[in-house]
Amino acid sequence: MKEELFVSGRNIPNIDPYLNIWHWQIPLYLFLGGLAAGILFFAGFFVVRGKEKRMPATVKWAPIIAPFLLIIGLGALFWDLKHKLYFWQLYTTIRLTSPMGWGAWTLMIITPISIIWVASYMKEIFPRWDWKFKILNQLEAFVIKYRVPLAWIMMIYSVILGVYTGILLSAFNARPLWNTSILGPLFLVSGFSTGLATIIWISNDAKERKILSRIDLVFIVVELFLIIHLFMGFLAGSEVSIEAARLFLGGPFTVSFWVFVVVLGLIFPAVLETLELWGFHVPKWLPPVLILFGGLMFRFVMVEAGQITRYLY
Amino acid sequence: MRYAMAIDTKKCVGCSDCVVACQTENNVPHGYCRDWIVETVDGTYPNLDLEFRSERCNHCDNAPCVRCCPTGASHFAEGGIVLVTHNECIGCGACIQSCPYDARYPHPEGYVDKCTFCIHRVQKGQNPACVDVCPTKCLHFGDLDDPNSDVSLALKDRKWKVLAPEAGTKPQLYFLT
Repeated sequence: MKEELFVSGRNIPNIDPYLNIWHWQIPLYLFLGGLAAGILFFAGFFVVRGKEKRMPATVKWAPIIAPFLLIIGLGALFWDLKHKLYFWQLYTTIRLTSPMGWGAWTLMIITPISIIWVASYMKEIFPRWDWKFKILNQLEAFVIKYRVPLAWIMMIYSVILGVYTGILLSAFNARPLWNTSILGPLFLVSGFSTGLATIIWISNDAKERKILSRIDLVFIVVELFLIIHLFMGFLAGSEVSIEAARLFLGGPFTVSFWVFVVVLGLIFPAVLETLELWGFHVPKWLPPVLILFGGLMFRFVMVEAGQITRYLY
Repeated sequence: MRYAMAIDTKKCVGCSDCVVACQTENNVPHGYCRDWIVETVDGTYPNLDLEFRSERCNHCDNAPCVRCCPTGASHFAEGGIVLVTHNECIGCGACIQSCPYDARYPHPEGYVDKCTFCIHRVQKGQNPACVDVCPTKCLHFGDLDDPNSDVSLALKDRKWKVLAPEAGTKPQLYFLT
């Protein structure tokens, strides 16, 4: 038996008894970032493949919400800062060892790109749109001419955005639940899956939805695979990792993870999407809503549970 | 020059003078502390083992808090002391998440704060406040590169351990056992 106590009466707000520094703003941002990354990646992907005309919702309509998602996410991040007046310090330096720094700069690049992407389609969305200034018309022509390179840049940065949210958590080696390199790919796949679900929800074209549903099913299967390997890794790791896994295998997060994230957020929508592809009638909104809910719950559970895991005491 | 501290666990009685001295010296806000006492009881009665540790920021050689700071507010100062520049800190909390020793806390003014090895005293050739005030003289501070410093002499003949070496942080707080 080993008993460790703080004898000097330490009870720092938000640190003791369990770390609770990051509240709802962080999981919300991780969700919105992954979602925007998914939407933007597939917009760029289908332009590069030359299927712009066949996938209107993917390329034109869904990216409209991406800048708003990113701005709301950035707002949530800003809201979480405790020294808000100094937020600009983030942009005075490039620190390659800090995933949070990567994120700040990636968002700085991809938010304008997403706005430019949507702006270049304004004339197709609103046929009577007029930029009014010659320079803006010239810029629009430039972007439309070089849409494929822009799509490549957008794809690369959306992958960075999607994967860094997981790498950010995995870089904190003091939180055993997060300190696994599977988290980066897992967050990326989850983000892309939520992006696909949103595009499927928005789209009115049955053919487009079929293509996207097939891709989404692959992503969901990969996500389940990665989750199983996440836990295998924990259980084969050191004592702190095993204790972290126990939070989900009989501990306080068991139900919220396995029921809300895995069953409701992954398995059930995958079954519904498969039935839809086989020709059964499934309400159009149901699989996307479940996938989005699962993605959001996943990030909330991971951020909260991760802060509870620790090396000492 | 590499500053470090050795805590003699056989002499620490858990009086918490070091905690109060630090709070007084550094104007630590009420309810927060930069150092604390941990009491560990091992075994089953009657074979019990008791250890008192006075803990604080370990000023690690491979500090994860410095590595993950997005603005560079968390940095290495002279002698390897880890400091936070208050007006560069944005209060994101990444360093708090990355510290395996839970040494950092969010100051009510917004920036993140922690033990500084009383660098303002060390620069004048004095010891940190906790070291000077300890009634059993169990805290030893000094330059590890100087073989005649208090901490080097304390580490020379005694067995010691560090906390969570598996975290890869190379902490500079040595607990003499």
